[in-house]
Amino acid sequence: MDFIITLISTILVNNVVLSGYKGLCSYIGLSNNWKSSIGMGMALTLVCFLTGLICWGLSFITAALDVSYLNTVVFILVIASFVQMLEIVMKRFLPSLYKSLGIYLPLITTNCVVLGLAISVSSMGGTQWQDVLANCLGVPLGYFMVLVIFSAMQQRLAIANPFRTFKGQAISFIATAFMAMAFMGFSGLLS
Amino acid sequence: MEENVKKKGACKKIFLAGILSENPILALTLGLCPTIIATQSLDNAIGMSVAVLFVLFFSNTIVSLIRKLIPSEIRIPVYIVIIASLVTCVQLLMQAFMPTVAESLGEFLPLITVNCIILGRAEAFAGKNTVGHSMLDALGMSCGFAIACIVIALFREFLGTGGWTLTNPFDSSMSVSFLPLADYKISLMVQAPGGFLWIGIIIGLFKLMLEKIEKRQLQKQMKLAPNK
Repeated sequence: MDFIITLISTILVNNVVLSGYKGLCSYIGLSNNWKSSIGMGMALTLVCFLTGLICWGLSFITAALDVSYLNTVVFILVIASFVQMLEIVMKRFLPSLYKSLGIYLPLITTNCVVLGLAISVSSMGGTQWQDVLANCLGVPLGYFMVLVIFSAMQQRLAIANPFRTFKGQAISFIATAFMAMAFMGFSGLLS
Repeated sequence: MEENVKKKGACKKIFLAGILSENPILALTLGLCPTIIATQSLDNAIGMSVAVLFVLFFSNTIVSLIRKLIPSEIRIPVYIVIIASLVTCVQLLMQAFMPTVAESLGEFLPLITVNCIILGRAEAFAGKNTVGHSMLDALGMSCGFAIACIVIALFREFLGTGGWTLTNPFDSSMSVSFLPLADYKISLMVQAPGGFLWIGIIIGLFKLMLEKIEKRQLQKQMKLAPNK
């Protein structure tokens, strides 16, 4: 039950983009295309889930060695090498999947969602494994959902006619603001 | 870029590019994630700007110093490790000397590691230019970041808390506040939606301002042309 509650809360209530404001660069950059947002969402879900669990495991080792101040360096190295490895493995064994996700993989290394998840998960203890699993799954799924919703909104924004300097990124941010307000309504869901 | 650098006044150009035509937040829209938390209040804006200045300045300097030693295939991991170590330094320094700022920035302090501004400047500028120019570029970029953050924070904090509060970052008990509209505050403005809204509005207005500046420069050139 805890698992489901945390999952819903990370997807809807504490959505990583709209109330955690992470991953905005790729969110604004990629969401103008429906297909690329689905590709990015899938690649990110895969990477987040696996690196989240790996970094959670590593956080026990750094804590045991009393070097937890090195967490950021260790995590970013794990993420960068994991993404590189995934790219090579995918290229060799799943060429069709690589074709659709490949170009998004290098971008994931510098996505705040992945490192943010690793850092937030690393502060959880061993008894909270359900929360860790739910976070590793819910955070990227929440990002995926918002990215797809927003790419649909972008289709409408493309034909809208705002003031000329507001066209493009400015109006995207303002639309995101209204979406974030709407998502604040979910905060009553779990109380 | 290399040719531009040789010209006179290139230093001024590099510095101003970071503030105006290549402003990291408002023109390039990079590094937006820490911007939203940094613009919640003036204190956060100043703290985050200092952290970004420190990391960007040293990462640009180090990267341009060793730019000829790094094989181009593995340059991105090398840059990331340099940046991550600098960020760890900043995090430890801030926790020691500015604990309240470090606490309110929270996990966005370690997330400077994956801030696109810093990696982007290492890749686009410091990896190709001399040390002096890279330092100037870092100063210009972080000034641009700081100005954008402070302008957005001015609006957000005023509407969200009814005024402005400035706290001494080294001693949180010392603070000055000016809260004329404390009874009419809109707390939504300091939350996530307000951040998105104000970044959008300021980006739009900034583009309008750039347009005006360009137009004026064109007019100046037109006026000068017949005299020659």
